[in-house]
Amino acid sequence: MILASRSDLPLDKDEHSRFLPWLIAFMVFLSILAVAGMLVLNATASRWDAGVRGTLTVQVVPSADAADDEARLNEVLTVLATSPEIAKYDAMDEARLIRLLEPWVGAAAGSADLPLPRLIDVELKPATDLTAAGLRKRLDVRVKGVTIDDHRVWLDRLVRMIETFEALALVVLLFIVLATIGTVVFTTRTGLAIHRDAIEVLHLIGAQDNYIARQFAGRALGLGVKGGILGLCLAAPTLWGLAHLAQSLDERLLPDIGFGPVHWALLLALPISVALIAMSTAKITVLRNLAQML
Amino acid sequence: MITEFDEPIVRFENVGLRYGLGPEVLQDVSFSLDPGAFHFLIGESGAGKSSLLKLIYLALRPTRGLISLFGKDIATTPREQLPALRRRVGVVFQEFKLLNHLSAFDNVALPLRVAGVKRKDVNRHVAELLAWVGLKDHMKARPPTLSGGQQQRVAIARAVISRPRLLLADEPTGNVDDTMGYRLIHLFEELNKLGTTVIIATHNQQLVERLGYTQLRLDDGQFSVIPGRKQKAPPSEGRAQTAVETGKSTNSAADSRIDTEDTFRNPPNVENFL
Repeated sequence: MILASRSDLPLDKDEHSRFLPWLIAFMVFLSILAVAGMLVLNATASRWDAGVRGTLTVQVVPSADAADDEARLNEVLTVLATSPEIAKYDAMDEARLIRLLEPWVGAAAGSADLPLPRLIDVELKPATDLTAAGLRKRLDVRVKGVTIDDHRVWLDRLVRMIETFEALALVVLLFIVLATIGTVVFTTRTGLAIHRDAIEVLHLIGAQDNYIARQFAGRALGLGVKGGILGLCLAAPTLWGLAHLAQSLDERLLPDIGFGPVHWALLLALPISVALIAMSTAKITVLRNLAQML
Repeated sequence: MITEFDEPIVRFENVGLRYGLGPEVLQDVSFSLDPGAFHFLIGESGAGKSSLLKLIYLALRPTRGLISLFGKDIATTPREQLPALRRRVGVVFQEFKLLNHLSAFDNVALPLRVAGVKRKDVNRHVAELLAWVGLKDHMKARPPTLSGGQQQRVAIARAVISRPRLLLADEPTGNVDDTMGYRLIHLFEELNKLGTTVIIATHNQQLVERLGYTQLRLDDGQFSVIPGRKQKAPPSEGRAQTAVETGKSTNSAADSRIDTEDTFRNPPNVENFL
């Protein structure tokens, strides 16, 4: 409705505001990329976290005696089987271990000279209080030469890194908002200076400050919506290209990250938010300036 | 009981005005205007006439002294209440101050639009008034395409469209020939008969002498009153308070403007003056 309202000021003829939609378009473009990046990082961290949360890897360190290794493995499996906190466990066979090692050590992975530990993937029941240290204590009583990895150390580092990137994206978003506000304030002040005489007339015939501010706010909203749509049109193919690129990568490096309706809604809300920020900024700027008039 | 209509429309008490650190352009100005008064404000160029008018239409604040408008002390009236006071004052600016990007119609409609009057009523009143001032065929024309006299009439129509209780005109005859000047003054007299208090700033001494109204004289910032030979009759009784005056934008706004409508529909021979 505010877009359709008539204006007593020739704001649509202002040369200085013609660049505003393009500036807003770039802001929207950057903010969509920043938020999309944040969402991707967040989804990646969540998936990694969900993937290793409640899982442990028990390692039976190899010794010179293969029979002893087998006996220790069986002893470990017995302890795991009798632990009520454990949902399931899976002892990796040698062939799978060799497959996992091959990318790192090549053909040497299958060599008899390379001692291979026996690994057991353990999945804990949800909401259990059994920790890696607790399980180690329980195993140490029955069998020696067993280590437990709960993946937390490397995952925590990764999550910290991702959180840093997310914070950085948030800072970028904040700068974008500040830049948008600054641009709209500058444009509005220029408009106020250009139309000073007309504003004075409106003022003297009894126009409330809000009446004048609404005209600037309506204009800023119109330009903001225009810029928002432009920015969205720029960002959509960029996001599609990045998604396409990500899909072509090895999924072990980058897990499949699909945006849900909430994510898309969030991205679509950005141009609308920027337009509303432009409108509010223009209105506040005009009201503050007019408050200095009699 | 003293009502709003019994109070002076404008009251100045020891008002002084200076711009920045310069000398006082107005010194100890004191006067009071009753409802329905008709006064000339005279003085040489630079005597302070425009400054005095600016103080009345609230474009300036005095350096000292007290100004009250419609019984309200300007110094203590909250800023948000000033627009409602301004809507009760019609101003014909010396340089017209028409908005060049708007048509004559839209310029005249401005006071009604800012007061929130419905579009249907705005269209009707503005069309009637423009026809009344002889600009029926120039409603869509923009001010730069109009002659000085036509612009003057648009400015006057804008000043009176909301039926102000106080009409201020700054050198309204300065840009037109003598014949047109007298016609405009007669228009103001007709409005005055309908209850509007009128102050006309002019340096046309011949015009002032000929009409004989009370003169408010400014001489180098010093104020004096020279009684006129014409005695003003009290303003029309039962004058309705319009929505524009109260600053409200209600549905009853148009209803309460019936007197205005009737005035413009049956102008008392005013068309002849233009």
